[in-house]
Amino acid sequence: MRVPGYGLIDRDAPLKFRFDNDWVKGYAGDTVASALLAQGTRLMGRSFKYHRPRGPLTADSAEPNALITTHDGARRIPNVRATVQPAIHGLRTRSQNAWPSLGLDVLEVNDLAAPFLGAGFYYKTFMWPPKAWEKLYEPLIRRAAGLGALSGDPDPWRQEKAFAHCDLLVVGGGPAGLMAAREAAEAGADVILADEDEILGGRLTREAEAVDGRPGHAWAAETVAALRAMGVRVMPRTTVTGAYDGGTYGALERVSHHLADPHPDLPRDCFWRIAAKSCVLAAGALERHIAFPMNDRPGIMLGSAVRAYLRRWGVAPGHRIAIFTTSDDGHRTAADLRAAGIEVPAVIDPREDAPEGAIRGEVVGTSGRLGLTRIEIRPSGGGRRWIECDALAVSGGWNPTLHLTCHLGARPVWDETLATFVPRDGAVPGMTVAGAAAGLFSTAQALESGREAAQAALARIGRQHASTALPKADATPPRQIAPLDVRGPKGTRHRAWLDFQNDVTVKDVRQAAQENYASVEHMKRYTTQGMATDQGKTSNVAALAVLADATGRGIPETGTTTFRPPFSPVPISAMGAGATGAGFAPERLTTSDPAMRARGAPMIETGLWYRPGWFPQGDEDWRAACSREAAMVRTTVGVADVSTLGKIDIQGPGAAALLDFVYANSFSTLKEGRVRYGLMLREDGHVMDDGTTARLGPQHYVMTTTTAAADQVMRHLEFVTQCLRPDLDVALISTTEQWAQFSVAGPRARETVQSIVAEPVTDETFPFMACGPVTVAGTPGRLFRISFSGEHAYEIAVPSRYGAHLWRDLLARAEALGGGPYGMEALNVLRIEKGFITHSEITGRVTAFDIGMDRMISERKDCIGKAASRRPALLENREEMVGLRSLGGAPITAGAHLYREGDRPDAPNDQGYVTSPCWSPALGAHIALGFLRNGRSRHGEVVRMVDRVRGHQTRVEIVDPVQFDPKGGRARG
Amino acid sequence: MRLTCPLCGDRDRREFYYLGHETWLDRPAADAPPEAWDAYLHLRDNPCGPTRDLWQHEAGCGAWLVVSRDTATHEIASVELAR
Repeated sequence: MRVPGYGLIDRDAPLKFRFDNDWVKGYAGDTVASALLAQGTRLMGRSFKYHRPRGPLTADSAEPNALITTHDGARRIPNVRATVQPAIHGLRTRSQNAWPSLGLDVLEVNDLAAPFLGAGFYYKTFMWPPKAWEKLYEPLIRRAAGLGALSGDPDPWRQEKAFAHCDLLVVGGGPAGLMAAREAAEAGADVILADEDEILGGRLTREAEAVDGRPGHAWAAETVAALRAMGVRVMPRTTVTGAYDGGTYGALERVSHHLADPHPDLPRDCFWRIAAKSCVLAAGALERHIAFPMNDRPGIMLGSAVRAYLRRWGVAPGHRIAIFTTSDDGHRTAADLRAAGIEVPAVIDPREDAPEGAIRGEVVGTSGRLGLTRIEIRPSGGGRRWIECDALAVSGGWNPTLHLTCHLGARPVWDETLATFVPRDGAVPGMTVAGAAAGLFSTAQALESGREAAQAALARIGRQHASTALPKADATPPRQIAPLDVRGPKGTRHRAWLDFQNDVTVKDVRQAAQENYASVEHMKRYTTQGMATDQGKTSNVAALAVLADATGRGIPETGTTTFRPPFSPVPISAMGAGATGAGFAPERLTTSDPAMRARGAPMIETGLWYRPGWFPQGDEDWRAACSREAAMVRTTVGVADVSTLGKIDIQGPGAAALLDFVYANSFSTLKEGRVRYGLMLREDGHVMDDGTTARLGPQHYVMTTTTAAADQVMRHLEFVTQCLRPDLDVALISTTEQWAQFSVAGPRARETVQSIVAEPVTDETFPFMACGPVTVAGTPGRLFRISFSGEHAYEIAVPSRYGAHLWRDLLARAEALGGGPYGMEALNVLRIEKGFITHSEITGRVTAFDIGMDRMISERKDCIGKAASRRPALLENREEMVGLRSLGGAPITAGAHLYREGDRPDAPNDQGYVTSPCWSPALGAHIALGFLRNGRSRHGEVVRMVDRVRGHQTRVEIVDPVQFDPKGGRARG
Repeated sequence: MRLTCPLCGDRDRREFYYLGHETWLDRPAADAPPEAWDAYLHLRDNPCGPTRDLWQHEAGCGAWLVVSRDTATHEIASVELAR
């Protein structure tokens, strides 16, 4: 029910939203939970395992019970905490894990079976037969036990990620955080202040608390306005979810969850990576529940939540609210409720020094199937009696919200006086903890420690500031005792829940200890305590207190489980925002890309590049197009865009020496105006990459790398020049993007090239493996007479801005001669016919010896990989590159393995494998490149090819890798 | 994780490429015995504590760097140009 005069809601802005089949009325400023409580709805969910009826336990992000699903269809968001989700007009919300309805859930029968469903039940019961786990048990269990479900459709929500930098990140906008931000901002520091809530102020928005003589929330609002005016970046609805190395923090901003009609460009969430020179953690504290019999009914909630619903939302969660407390806070709840005119039938406090007016004793039972109707108490004087009430406010003391201090591996420390874990000093470099997060529970302590933390942060970044005055506030922290485990009366069947979300009871934890899961980490995994969306925020300390008791150790020796990021759930879609579909990876496109697509070429990903597969004509399939294009190159002329090959410009007096050092063969001996094939090794003697390098001037080379290894080679050259050969005076830069380059190949290639190049192109001016500057349609360009097809061929390069034009022009000229474009498939066929290697062959475990190029390793100089390439193991009994030709007309398949005829096709008999197969139109056969044990001496032998993956086999003949034009006359002539 | 490139300043870890221990800087002579090459290519310690690694500011200035860091605490003591 609403309490007149209370709450920070806007009573002039009513709204309606749907929960299951009901329309719920609320006001701007409500959460789904506060609006439901206001209309008397306590039941908001069903528990994970036993399907117990549950209502909200908290009024914040630690909520284990009140999980709902919002939105419909593909936009559905499961496991939303009703205690955090703002109530917005028209919002569709649904309960979870209940069928047919929240009030009548057939799987409530699980609760009757609870005696059999304790810790380890799944592990012990669903053991045999082993196969049944995957097919039967797991699907059944998943259906019965569960949280909300995703829609299964692609996520249509717009998400965002962003980066931010600051001098000081303040985590939490309560009194400590506000004070820290103010202190730092006044010193001129660049401050980000992030808080989970819509309204900053922390407990000040939820308590009857005065600061500087004004209501706490008013002081907070004024301070926030002042901070904004000073340039502080105030980020409400933003949870700092993780602390990472080097002052990096992750934060989830809920950008539009609170808007009824958000702008379509607005993302739902934004995941921030914040690089902060310094951090003040002022995340407050989370209240503890008390383990007492049947403590999970709707209507039983934390005292801090009861006060929050009253002060923040003007809602009394019941008409008669009893109180069970082991902390002074329970009495504060009583006073607050009574001041608001709400009946408090009893305050039960088991402590010996319980204040006057309280009943010294414990709550030992409750009843009410779908909501609390009464509690049973056991006063310390003896006897038991029932008290009628529809809500029970439970206060078990506070746990500092110290999770972020543990994200880099530190463990918290048990403080005997405070009876709670506090953060370890220096747990996260650059982070200072202030306020309740540091175990300083009064407002005055929070304000002062916030100021001190800011000063420490300012000192770290070298700023000085005379501290600002502290506002006056309450200086009495609540006293609390260690977690209590209330046993029920003898002979009664009862359960005391610790972890509400995972239905873990005191008995489960004791049983885990009994079965020797005595370490807190083992107990967690055995019982599932502390798992799922709330990560045990309201249960961890209570559970380990029970474990400590059961194992006879103290709480400090028992310790906590590891707190890992994220602090609260972060949608993967926010972390990876933008990285779906085309956003998954950057796309690199050549200058001819639009023209190639316009011709219907299917584009194939090659690293980040897109290259054409083939250029279909009519209703050709890929193979018909590929064969036609390959034949076209062998008979007339073909044009292909080869701009994706890596191009590295190398200049300086040391250029020749550098190339001699990084290539197996010599380049200092290469004449100006000439091109040479180069083989590059890794230092371990295996092949890194290959390509051609042209000498354009005495101190000027242009290296070509494969498309795939361009980045690796560039990094390697930088390493060699900076680290291994700093003596060489040489500069290098990647020019891959700066030059558009086209291959023109075939018997009529020269004719095509000559028609567009001003200079004469003859065997004298441009013999095989020559290069030089030319004028291409009036533009300075470069011409290389090199061939990857075995045909008479050229590559023409022009600055990229002319690429699209040159592509069109070259194609028109080639087509006039009966030629045309060719794609990657034809390019591959042409090079397999010629035995030219790609990274299908040089996979990283292949040596120069294996591909028959060990003689290229120059004897006259040192080079990278030379020493290691001489290792005997790399020179004896190797799988050597061979050509393969299918006998009998069946295709050869990539990845198939080779065996001697008559051998069993199994691993011990393995003789080699196929790397690059194709149908060769020039040879009229299925051919391939592959590797075979000692293969160079086995030409002519017939072996068996077996492809186990495709269930295919055929006989193949071992031949020389160069199957077409072995003498190479076509390229030279 | 962040690294302070001596040329570019404080930058996010995503801009850097990691190679391995600084051993890679001490390339044996061409005629060094096989044991020296074996050690250079393969033998690395796996320290719990201080180590010196080679990183490249690949998405920045391209400089190769020696980063002194602690594998246990993740503390970065220094970032220097490799040569």
